[in-house]
Amino acid sequence: MGMTMTEKILARAGGKKRVSPGEIAVVEVETAVLIDLSFLPEGWREVLKVYDPEKVVIVFDHLVPAASVQAASCHKTGREFARKFGISRLHDVGLDQGISHAVVAERGYALPGTVLVNSDSHTCAAGAFNCAARGVGAPDLLWAITTGTAWFRVGETIRYDFTGSFSPGVTAKDLFLAIAGTYGAHVNQNIEYGGPGLKALSIDARRTLATMGAEFSAEFTIFEADEILIEYVRARNEKPFEPVSPDLDASYKERRAIDLGAILPLVALPDAVVNQSVPVSAVAGTRIDQAFIGSCANGTLEDLEIAARVVKGKKVARGTRFIVTPSTQAIYRAALKAGHVETLLEAGALVTPATCGACVGGHMGVLGPGEVCITASTRNFKGRMGDPSAKIFMASPATVAASAIAGKIAAAEEVFA
Amino acid sequence: MIAARVWKFGDNINTDLILPGPYLYRSPEEQARAVFEANRPGWVDQVKKGDAIVAGFNFGMGSSRPAARSLKNCGVGFLVAETINGLFFRNSVNFGLLALECPGVAAAFEEGDKALLSLSEWTLKNPRNGLVLAVSPVAAELLAIMQGGGIYPLMEEKGLIAPRS
Ligand code: SF4
Repeated sequence: MGMTMTEKILARAGGKKRVSPGEIAVVEVETAVLIDLSFLPEGWREVLKVYDPEKVVIVFDHLVPAASVQAASCHKTGREFARKFGISRLHDVGLDQGISHAVVAERGYALPGTVLVNSDSHTCAAGAFNCAARGVGAPDLLWAITTGTAWFRVGETIRYDFTGSFSPGVTAKDLFLAIAGTYGAHVNQNIEYGGPGLKALSIDARRTLATMGAEFSAEFTIFEADEILIEYVRARNEKPFEPVSPDLDASYKERRAIDLGAILPLVALPDAVVNQSVPVSAVAGTRIDQAFIGSCANGTLEDLEIAARVVKGKKVARGTRFIVTPSTQAIYRAALKAGHVETLLEAGALVTPATCGACVGGHMGVLGPGEVCITASTRNFKGRMGDPSAKIFMASPATVAASAIAGKIAAAEEVFA
Repeated sequence: MIAARVWKFGDNINTDLILPGPYLYRSPEEQARAVFEANRPGWVDQVKKGDAIVAGFNFGMGSSRPAARSLKNCGVGFLVAETINGLFFRNSVNFGLLALECPGVAAAFEEGDKALLSLSEWTLKNPRNGLVLAVSPVAAELLAIMQGGGIYPLMEEKGLIAPRS
């Protein structure tokens, strides 16, 4: 029996011929990413040795610029750590900062066929690059940077085969919500995405879908490598790499076919992400206090472009706040050059610097008691973005932008008709 | 054999319920006081040291935050769920919270039941209804870390990190 992509990468990184579900794989880590939260005083310890500073990346993202003394202290600890061990890939507040998963993408840090760890749960975002990437938490990140290794429980794999392409106005977030609504959680399982429809998915679209793998509770979320992907990484990282493809006789728990052309815009109801998807029409008209587009899943250049397209020449409804947070400062600059930022500002949106910010209820968009928000981010858990009595609906950037204009949940359809 | 009083929780209990975002930058003590404040206010005052949590599918789904540490700090002796999110499981290993998967556990226990856990036989017994369930064994290396107070002591021992000053 052959191996899936996850199994192949783990076997290669563990120096083994094969690994199978049920095993614990101990592997070499190619890239270890630390974020500001890695340096929280209760989780961080003085590190006595770093296995290989060249394999380490540091990105500040959860509260940037620092919104509290505690956040500032984390940044300070991180800077001192980088200096002490000569870690050059430090993405400090400023020019090349952003949300860690987005920085990893735009710098080509995630090499196809390798293992990447980050303490943060949405590390699976780098699965878009044919990389076995997983969030491991602060303690295991310390282990990874000091020993160069990590362990993983090898799970069974679910394979999704895409065909066709999206209808106008439908995006990867809708695809995620469709899968989450139909199949729910994928606990202890790996997800593999591929098929002939892959070529219709841009890198940004793949990043959105890979990032949302954390919401499936999946172990690894991996995309097949195609020319688009290989070109993207080659243009950003000169290190050689060797992508993996699944064996023809790879053993899957299940194979599921998805026609991208059949996906419609969806909204997740508040308090949980999976098994909550309904058509936009089912909740259309629900009054909102805030609309948010951002996070590691939905602050891409494509997301900002689509938001700008939806709001162009219109105004955000009175009584509604529209907050847009690009995932990285580089995306911010690109959106500025393309005119998207001006379009958004003219409509009445607030465009913030790159940060996790409102996604994690940190700053720049925290919700008050009883408020209603529609978000294009990663999570709508109770209390996620502020007060636990706030209601958070989740949708695509197009639906969120249309809702900001309407002041209530609304479909973006007319714009794309 | 470990005996414990059971607190019952449902499916998809997420990390933001266990460790709410506004507490991320607070001390572990303050974090432990905030456990389940959105879904079960007052629970932290009722739970006693050594009590068990029995839950449904996908326990601990969500963030990488040290939510397992909060459960440990508010006294939870062990956690048994139908399935546990992989990242939450890692953090349970690393912060020394005994966290186990056991198919059928949600239906077999009610709040207030007694649970008898045997790690030598990998069973969980409910003396009220006599049910004995098979607990999914945890790999020996991981169990040793989980029961040995987590990964920090091991990293200190190996000279990877400095002892807490
Ligand atoms: S943007 Fe949100 S989901 Fe992504 S890393 Fe930041 S807090 Fe986590």
